[in-house]
Amino acid sequence: MAVYEHWDEARGAEIIAEHANREGATMVILHALQEAFGYVPEAAIPMVAARLNLSRAEVYGVFTFYHDFRKEPAGAHVLKLCRAEACQAAGGDALAARAEARLGIACGNTTADRRVTLEPIYCLGLCATAPSAMLDGRRVGRLDEARLDALIVEAQQ
Amino acid sequence: MSLRIFVPHDAGALAVGADDVARALTQAAAKRGIALDLVRTGSRGLYWLEPMIEIATPAGRVAFGPVTAADAASVLEAMLADGNHPLRLGVAEDISWLKRQTRLTFVRCGVIDPRSLDDYRAHGGYKGLERALTLTPDAIIAEVTASGLRGRGGAGFPAGIKWKTVAEAKGNRKYVVCNADEGDSGTFADRMLMEGDPFVLIEGMTIAAIAVGATKGYIYTRSEYPHAIAAMNVAIAIARRAGLLGEHIAGSRHSFDLEVRVGAGAYVCGEETSLLESLEGRRGIVRAKPPLPAHHGLFGRPTVVNNVLSLAAIPFILDQGAKAYSDFGMGRSRGTMPIQLAGNVRYGGLFETAFGITLGELVDDIGGGTFTGRPVRAVQVGGPLGAYFPCALFDTPFDYEAFAARDGLIGHGGIVVFDDTVDMAKQARFAMEFCAIESCGKCTPCRIGSTRGAETIDQIRRGERVTENIALVEDLCSTMKFGSLCALGGFTPYPVMSALKYFREDFGPTPARLQAAE
Repeated sequence: MAVYEHWDEARGAEIIAEHANREGATMVILHALQEAFGYVPEAAIPMVAARLNLSRAEVYGVFTFYHDFRKEPAGAHVLKLCRAEACQAAGGDALAARAEARLGIACGNTTADRRVTLEPIYCLGLCATAPSAMLDGRRVGRLDEARLDALIVEAQQ
Repeated sequence: MSLRIFVPHDAGALAVGADDVARALTQAAAKRGIALDLVRTGSRGLYWLEPMIEIATPAGRVAFGPVTAADAASVLEAMLADGNHPLRLGVAEDISWLKRQTRLTFVRCGVIDPRSLDDYRAHGGYKGLERALTLTPDAIIAEVTASGLRGRGGAGFPAGIKWKTVAEAKGNRKYVVCNADEGDSGTFADRMLMEGDPFVLIEGMTIAAIAVGATKGYIYTRSEYPHAIAAMNVAIAIARRAGLLGEHIAGSRHSFDLEVRVGAGAYVCGEETSLLESLEGRRGIVRAKPPLPAHHGLFGRPTVVNNVLSLAAIPFILDQGAKAYSDFGMGRSRGTMPIQLAGNVRYGGLFETAFGITLGELVDDIGGGTFTGRPVRAVQVGGPLGAYFPCALFDTPFDYEAFAARDGLIGHGGIVVFDDTVDMAKQARFAMEFCAIESCGKCTPCRIGSTRGAETIDQIRRGERVTENIALVEDLCSTMKFGSLCALGGFTPYPVMSALKYFREDFGPTPARLQAAE
């Protein structure tokens, strides 16, 4: 389980300043902010815009374009299931349905107790050991019902 | 005496327990009081045997797999005694699945320590750059052109011509951009290579930079590939320290430096102009072409954009000569293609071979059919934008033109195998849904067509006005194919139309074939 810092304006400004001079820095900064805080706090968007001499709309547009960037923190654990073709061919759809049933949430949501976020991912590049999943950055291949159930139990703890 | 054991650190091997095996081996060796020289390599690409571990012996590297942590102690005993073990596979290079390949690009992957420049050099690394430094840029480009190398990202554009265009373009600054945004399901060759042999990509990009006069390079890869990002960053730092990146590469007058940039989960950024937008820090919105990136690319400067596999093929071509590369292949598809067998396949992994091998050989013979043991019904070649082929088309040779002639594409070389439980109308719907999720929104056929396509296929699957709706989907596909700006909207019709053409019986209310199977 990843541990993140609480949003802090001074810390945000420090992160932005660290990367601001790189070519095409917007994405680099958004990644760095999310890495530090677990999401991209809304308050950071105008700060990035001011530092890079962009409009808020431009930065907000970049932030919303990419699936990775979160506008609020995820659950304590993030379970991602690969939903792309290679995993579909290997029974991934049934496993995703099982995970949704076990957690009582649809893919793309977080459990009410904020413990587990279940998300689809379109390809982890582990297509020869499909189906695959990722729990908090740890990759798991050759997923079957037993392995999935174990991951869910681990995520719920 | 210390035992030299190789355990992969490839993400695919880690996903099936390679780290657990490494730990268990270390413990077992400590218990026996044996010094272990544990080398973490990439993967050889025989994924059904992963984690596949190897021990150096006088006869060569002897492989065992698939090894679990529980097997570690007994495997170690077998290694020590050079004895039998149920998981013993013999000398790795003699495993027929590996022996049948022609590994030019992946020759070192899974063999060397990706963190060791010495290891890379000991296996022929940097010989291509050495030769390139003795040639003029024109001569380098001539060599690449003569090799017949075509873009391995899917478009198949001749690499030499692209380089020549950039070399001739005027600009005070030029870039080499490596497209490592390997988003196609069923593909993992870029990931494997970056994790297992990162220096070959650095060397290939450096040669490209010298040829076109670029001073800065970017590797744009996916956030889903943290191991590849880490491996590339380590290798770049090592190359810089060794004077192989930065000012005056290897003492020459050329300067070139490299940086890894990470995407954020947008599939469309694998399209080169969208990738450039993203690199510039913007939304990954596709640019209209022309102007070509070769003239007006990253930050408006002349830019070479090549796939990982194209750039990684370059060191071999420069070292061994264009002819050595172009001797392989068929027709206008020269050299080798790292083909990736994935999905419901018994022997899945990376199979690098000369163009010309048939789809049937790849799926039935090399892939061994499905791992579920059921008959193969369809294979999707070339990722989410590739056509679904039935077994009736298994005589198609792996070749850009042969696939195009049958309304398919080889794309980035991924083959996803499906057994007879697949519902092809569902797959066609997914193609539309995926396009809707990933569309950048710039052009209408892609942005709206994909959503309407998914809705219409839903109606077909519910049995509503099936004939009329199929005609509508076909019409929509034609609009998307000819009216979209890039391959996302333009190629989504391939999986949809091929599913309709070859698996028409699946389109309608729940197909009888599947009801019987349930």
